[in-house]
Amino acid sequence: MKNRLLEFVVAVSAVALLSVTTTAGAGTLEDVKKRGVLRCVVSTGVAGFAYPDKSGVWKGFDIDFCRATAAAVLGDSKKIKAVTSTGKTRFTKLNANEGDVLWRNTTITFSRDVGVKLRFHGVNYYDGQGFMVNKKLGVKSAKELNGASICIQTGTTTELNLADYFHANGMKYEAVPIETNDEARQNYVGGRCDVYTTDASGLAATRSTFSDPNNHIILPEIISKEPLGPATRHGDDQWSDIVTWVYYATVTAEEKGVTQANVDKMKSSKDPEILRLLGVEGAQGKELGLSKDWAYNIIKQIGNYGEIFERNIGVKTPIGLSRGLNDLWTRGGLQYAPPFR
Amino acid sequence: MSDTAKTYKIGQHPDLPPPRTEVGVLGWFKHKLFSTPLNIALTLLAAWFLWSVIPPLFEWIVLDSVWTAESRKECWGKMEVPEGGACWAFIKDRLELFIYGFYPAPQRWRVNLSFVLLIMAIVPVLYDKMLARKFGLWYSVAFPFIAGWLLVGGFGLTPVETDQFGGIMLTLIIGVTGISFSLPIGVLLALGRRSKMPVLRIVCVMFIEFIRGVPLIALLFIASTMLNYFLPPGTVFDLLLRVLIMVTLFSSAYIAEVVRGGLQAIPNGQFEAADSLGLTYVKAHLLIILPQALKISIPGIVNTFIGLFKDTTLVLIIGMLDPLGIGRASLADAVWAGLAREVYLFIALFFFICCFSMSRYSLYLERKLHTGH
Repeated sequence: MKNRLLEFVVAVSAVALLSVTTTAGAGTLEDVKKRGVLRCVVSTGVAGFAYPDKSGVWKGFDIDFCRATAAAVLGDSKKIKAVTSTGKTRFTKLNANEGDVLWRNTTITFSRDVGVKLRFHGVNYYDGQGFMVNKKLGVKSAKELNGASICIQTGTTTELNLADYFHANGMKYEAVPIETNDEARQNYVGGRCDVYTTDASGLAATRSTFSDPNNHIILPEIISKEPLGPATRHGDDQWSDIVTWVYYATVTAEEKGVTQANVDKMKSSKDPEILRLLGVEGAQGKELGLSKDWAYNIIKQIGNYGEIFERNIGVKTPIGLSRGLNDLWTRGGLQYAPPFR
Repeated sequence: MSDTAKTYKIGQHPDLPPPRTEVGVLGWFKHKLFSTPLNIALTLLAAWFLWSVIPPLFEWIVLDSVWTAESRKECWGKMEVPEGGACWAFIKDRLELFIYGFYPAPQRWRVNLSFVLLIMAIVPVLYDKMLARKFGLWYSVAFPFIAGWLLVGGFGLTPVETDQFGGIMLTLIIGVTGISFSLPIGVLLALGRRSKMPVLRIVCVMFIEFIRGVPLIALLFIASTMLNYFLPPGTVFDLLLRVLIMVTLFSSAYIAEVVRGGLQAIPNGQFEAADSLGLTYVKAHLLIILPQALKISIPGIVNTFIGLFKDTTLVLIIGMLDPLGIGRASLADAVWAGLAREVYLFIALFFFICCFSMSRYSLYLERKLHTGH
């Protein structure tokens, strides 16, 4: 989200250099297998998505997907290395081959897909920019925010979205520029701004840290599309396929009711798609260049999409996000995987 | 009475004690705090300010703080008002992460040992009254290599990749390496810039001016993103090493300018005297010029070192987790998130202790070397 322009410039110039000086090495899959460790480009800390625990073990929604990839490729979800990167260095780290795959709550945009020369592989989290206000203001809709002071991270697309939205609705606002989420929190709690705006997941995470979370509401309006998904480098289609289908495998597993707990039992299911997914029938694994039980390993070690969601950012966690757009298509959400066939 | 009427011969009067309002506590207050109306106003203002800041701060940091808890919720639950006190339990919970970063736990003795060796290496450099200082100094020169081997491993030790370094350990590695390598390089650059050999001089000038003209952030970005593209594909050039080189080069350019200032303050007579004694260039500089020039440069050099030490936090921007980065990453843990003040206070305290001791040492050194008239 932060300083997307700068990040873009750095990444594009790096790509320009890349195209001049390097040639593609062996396939990423072979590299990872030889190394025995999957290197994921992750963030330096986003609540619920990536953070180190007490003993320095990385956890979170993005990290679990990274572990799922490792489970599929190497058969062991522990064999990951978190390559920490900021919003500005994430694409260069990937393109400079310091990481194998990017799982770092990254919004898919045209310029990143085309300009930065990345391959995006589906949307594992649908986010969007929202507003949070104190209940005592009595505001029920973002349309009532005329004249409000708003805490906003400078130099981000959220800033542009905000300006567009207020302009389109003929409203005025007073921007309170802030740099980080923590700073926004202090300013908002201290009453320096009436409203805090950022991605809805970020709002929920921030609200969960208040001493009085129930006194604050997130307004229903979502004013931008922030589809977050994994990315890989251009030029390695096999590797791209693997990352794509790791994500689809978790969604398919949820759709078919395959969970971490019942995956062994499901191996004797009657549903041919489940059998194909778990490698009992068909040769999906082999076609990807992986072992037969690649998806079985994902579900056994990490779980299906719903389990990953609930464990890290779901209603029962301090972050407390409901599935919303990220529910399965069968339940009115947008999570949809092509058939395993 | 006879006392009052007593007369003394000229010069025989015994000394009287000074008026009570002029000495002691009372006198100090009168002269230092309440001497003029303006000063009275300032004193009262300052007293009011301290009174309104220190007690609440003290309450927050010490009296109402919580030291044992498993989560932010528990922490705040133990206080009379949530957020009413500092939750140091968070720092305690993450202390190892703050110190060692992601260094594997079974190998952390190597970090501890390196730290002890570091102290042993610093002592001979800082104090000249040590026994067998000469051997101590040789050890100090060898220390960076010993520590490098200890931390990175190989040759009998389990290798630890440098991207697992983090926290205070990372700050110390970057800071100590930068400081110890930039001084000699900086001195050489300063001498090079004053050299009469044109090629050498131009190279040094270009280097110094380039580095001084580019922000450290830009150099770090070059180190973290661009350098990979200039090297042949497949070469793995450790990120930490790249950062160390950049930081060292950066501060050596500044040191060079500080030392050059010192060199310029040395009167020409000193150079001529050295020449007339028949000393070679090297000897003249080692024995006569540099000792004086460096003495003059101490405040500037220490200033640069302190700046360098604090600049190490910039590595956060290229994704290395120094204490600040560890703090931010830890704040992303929903169990603890929201305790930013505690984290930043803790980090500020760490940097203050380090920088303040450097600054005090430089004062001590200035006093010790003060041989002027």
